[in-house]
Amino acid sequence: MQQEDLLGTAAAWRKEGRKVALATVTQTWGSAPRPVGSNLVIDGEGNFLGSVSGGCVEGAVVAEALDVIESGKPKLISFGVADQTAWEVGLSCGGKISVYVEPVG
Amino acid sequence: MKLELLTALNEERAARRAAVVVTVLASGEQRLVKAGDVATDPLRGEIEKRLRSGKSGTEETADGNVFLTVFAPPLRLVVTGAVHISQELAPIAQRLGFDVTIIDPRTAFATEERFAGIKLLAEWPDKVLPGIGVDAHTAFVALTHDPKIDDPALLHALSKDCFYIGALGSRKTHGARLERLKANGMSDAQLARIHAPIGLDIGAVSPAEIAVSILAEIVGTLRLEKAATQ
Repeated sequence: MQQEDLLGTAAAWRKEGRKVALATVTQTWGSAPRPVGSNLVIDGEGNFLGSVSGGCVEGAVVAEALDVIESGKPKLISFGVADQTAWEVGLSCGGKISVYVEPVG
Repeated sequence: MKLELLTALNEERAARRAAVVVTVLASGEQRLVKAGDVATDPLRGEIEKRLRSGKSGTEETADGNVFLTVFAPPLRLVVTGAVHISQELAPIAQRLGFDVTIIDPRTAFATEERFAGIKLLAEWPDKVLPGIGVDAHTAFVALTHDPKIDDPALLHALSKDCFYIGALGSRKTHGARLERLKANGMSDAQLARIHAPIGLDIGAVSPAEIAVSILAEIVGTLRLEKAATQ
């Protein structure tokens, strides 16, 4: 069940001439908030739709997506809770996720 | 993801055809495998398995780790009865991602005004249901209270593998319904698939509350039974 048509949005944004990246959850360990296959669509301005973690690491994924849009090269990123300082870009639930971020276009 | 691939994928999704995107994680190389083309793909075994379970995931292959993103057709909710409960049920179901169709031959009920933005068929269910293609991704709900409308629809749903079948009515109403369906050749095992009284028991009173209890039962059937069989 997908609430929003994120892939339709990705195509529509690209056709409008926006720069677009697509993030996909490729693996989860422990109590990850969003299942494998969940998407986040990001544009070159940092606007985004969807979620890969229910809000915990979206900020970091958006930052990575802007890099990916610049470089044109996909990236596989992992998030987890390693220590206190990881809080801002970590999963408060204690889970771990891998996210694949790729340019669209 | 190349825009051409994304556009082709979106076409498959719009046509309710399953598809898988194969991504080689190390290189970013990608291809779209439509359900009809799986047999000729080098990863056909893995893709078939993923299509059956409906779960995306990583596979280890000769090319290194490959991520398979599964796109199953969207879930569908078919309802008989353009009634008050349906007016609440349809928009909530849409929010949950269901493609909703409401069937009611009574044109006073099945009006655009009462169901703005919802697919509405002002026809007899036995006439239109065969054309809808009720399948394993479909939940069916009978809400009219009228055997002339609900019974033929239930007979159709019971002959298909929809993942959920529910019928509104008290235990007494449902008892009489079971007798009628039995007289139409349905076995006890088939009839046991019908959720009745419909919905989770949350003491629902208003139409919106009843809609929530029905949808909670549908989601529970989908998620819990699927989890139990994996």
